[in-house]
Amino acid sequence: MSNATFVGMPVFPTAARDALEDAQLRHNLAHATGTIRAKRARLVEEVDEVSDWEDLRLAGAGVKEQALLTLEEQLLQLERTLTAKGATVHWAGDAAEANRIVTGIVQRHGVDEVVKVKSMVTQEIGLNEALAAEGIAAWETDLAELIVQLGDDLPSHILVPAIHRNRAEIREIFLRAMKGVGRPAPDDLTDEPAVLAAAARAHLREKFLRAKVGISGANFAVAETGTLVVVESEGNGRMCLTLPEVLISVVGIEKVVSTWDQLDPLLRLLPRSSTGERMNPYTSMWSGVTPGDGPQEVHVVLLDNGRTRALADEVGRQALRCIRCSACLNVCPVYERTGGHAYGSVYPGPIGAILNPLLKGVGNPGPEGEQVDSLPYASSLCGACFEVCPVRIDIPSVLVDQRVKVVDARRGNGAVASLSSGHLAEALAFKGAAVALADARKLGFGERFTGVGLRMARRLSTLPGLSKWAGTRDLPPAPQESFRAWWKRTDGGRSEGER
Amino acid sequence: MMASMRVALMVTCINDALYPGTGQAVVRLLRRLGVEVDFPEAQTCCAQPMVNTGYLDEAVPVVRTFVDAFKGYDAIVTPSGSCAGSARHQHGMVARRSGDAGLERAVAEVSPRVYELSEFLVDVLGVTDVGAYFPHTVTYHPTCHSLRMLGVGDRPRRLLENVRGLTLVDLPAADQCCGFGGTFAVKNADTSVAMGTDKVRHVGETGAEVLVAGDNSCLTHIGGLLTRQRAGVRTVHLAEILASTEGSVA
Repeated sequence: MSNATFVGMPVFPTAARDALEDAQLRHNLAHATGTIRAKRARLVEEVDEVSDWEDLRLAGAGVKEQALLTLEEQLLQLERTLTAKGATVHWAGDAAEANRIVTGIVQRHGVDEVVKVKSMVTQEIGLNEALAAEGIAAWETDLAELIVQLGDDLPSHILVPAIHRNRAEIREIFLRAMKGVGRPAPDDLTDEPAVLAAAARAHLREKFLRAKVGISGANFAVAETGTLVVVESEGNGRMCLTLPEVLISVVGIEKVVSTWDQLDPLLRLLPRSSTGERMNPYTSMWSGVTPGDGPQEVHVVLLDNGRTRALADEVGRQALRCIRCSACLNVCPVYERTGGHAYGSVYPGPIGAILNPLLKGVGNPGPEGEQVDSLPYASSLCGACFEVCPVRIDIPSVLVDQRVKVVDARRGNGAVASLSSGHLAEALAFKGAAVALADARKLGFGERFTGVGLRMARRLSTLPGLSKWAGTRDLPPAPQESFRAWWKRTDGGRSEGER
Repeated sequence: MMASMRVALMVTCINDALYPGTGQAVVRLLRRLGVEVDFPEAQTCCAQPMVNTGYLDEAVPVVRTFVDAFKGYDAIVTPSGSCAGSARHQHGMVARRSGDAGLERAVAEVSPRVYELSEFLVDVLGVTDVGAYFPHTVTYHPTCHSLRMLGVGDRPRRLLENVRGLTLVDLPAADQCCGFGGTFAVKNADTSVAMGTDKVRHVGETGAEVLVAGDNSCLTHIGGLLTRQRAGVRTVHLAEILASTEGSVA
């Protein structure tokens, strides 16, 4: 079982530096993100040929926005419809509460193992670790999650959590680790994708057939009908949702949509944006208990864990529209180079850079607070994420707003002494700049020294601050005079001939 | 119409201090097209460095200076997609933060009149052939804010395609960020350089002599990598190519 954890990850720039040094990782990521990006782009073009992708995005964003604006009403209705259909609804305020609820249900059934559908929310709350602490093994059954679990590794992508691994690495992991936890990989295992998939299939089959309890998340929850929806590619989800006697689904409260019909735009947007497919191979939908068919005991744990905090953020609440498609990761130039681990969370990439601070809050003390506060800055604000987001989350604007909240939190912490020296230097630099840039006369005075400054900077480029620029990049050549000095000297170029 | 328009040049702080040639190019180019620009000397900076680093209070006096400098003009032209984006899309947020209704009104009046150079040429003046001459092989990097914040689209390309003597070659993965990103270039220097290195590799693949873009901030980053690597490709701002004529080549 995996012992890996994101706890204690350093701030983004430090973690990114380590990732950037991993040439194999860089290669794997560039190849994988490039492939998915191209597939998605082709399908978006295809939609545009017959209708309008932008209309679909607006519809998807509208559905999620409407549910968020009436969240309490939707959730209470969901509880009523689920209960009427034989499910038991639990409410969990945070990760610990959700883990206690799930662990308690599993323990009541006296089993020591569960099978799991790929689920972001159970990773968010650390459910596997909580179950392990009670002696319960949680078997991941999604191929990529299996690779991560067997490799004692961490997921680095929302949709393809083992994106940082290539098939040669996967072969080694299967050969080494499968035998310790179940059916071993065959001795003649090759790195052919079909052969690797067959080994995983054989390994997982005995777990599917044996498990009494299945655990899932949900992509959507329909308040009107009490229906949960899981969208997947491999069929492992369908196995976990139908074979066990007991099914426990942990669902973030932002997954609710109002009506059945509203699934339409979302189910068209999601596969195209995530795997680059018109439709995903498996869409499982279930409403409570159906006598004689499927799990006869169904639990739904509705989880907050920071979502109401995010909802209270007027700019940031749009992040709760996220349908976890990963299009923003695949198109992000930062993610493509650093991979997901550098973000220190199960939610990496552009969406992770806003979702983590929104769920956890900014300005918290200690290394974990510093790590979260570093995430909104892990972006060049290029805007590629907003361009592809199927529910139109304006990630760059939320990133800037979260930066403002990080700085404001540090201001609120008041005592300048509490700032680390780096933060203090930055704050003083911007305060100085605000004074200089509020008055052009002061700016003009300063600019007279631009040339001198640049020449000095060249000499001093080994200083820590400057070395971050000049260690790898030349500084531009110093001009003879500033533009405003030229304008004044030449009367706006009228008193000098063409150069 | 043009004669009656009051047009201001917003040179930007980086061009004022480091690239006066770009500002001079805009003045010469517009004069050649019959537009006399003013240079309001009270102008300083668009406040983007503060806003994008999270220092919103510090941005308030800078935005106030901005609207004081540019109010009353019919058009404010700037050779920067990024700074135009800052004025058009961020000044409102800064003004709201200030709680000063007067500043909000001033921003609402001034910021929609800010044009990036290629927008002003194509949309306001209605020209795509500006009579330029630049006998070089050139590749064009569309900067992120001009592309995604402003939506300049193919305006810069149309302007370049009409430059006599110029051969325009496509840049692979052109719409990928160069990695500058303002303070990102220093706060996340390693990632910034990794992104820039790929951009420089793609520039090399084109065989172009010159890399052109509409933002000197991005060109400072890419150019700094190009010269450090002795790559033999120079960076030139779009304005300087468009200002070049048979009589004076940038």
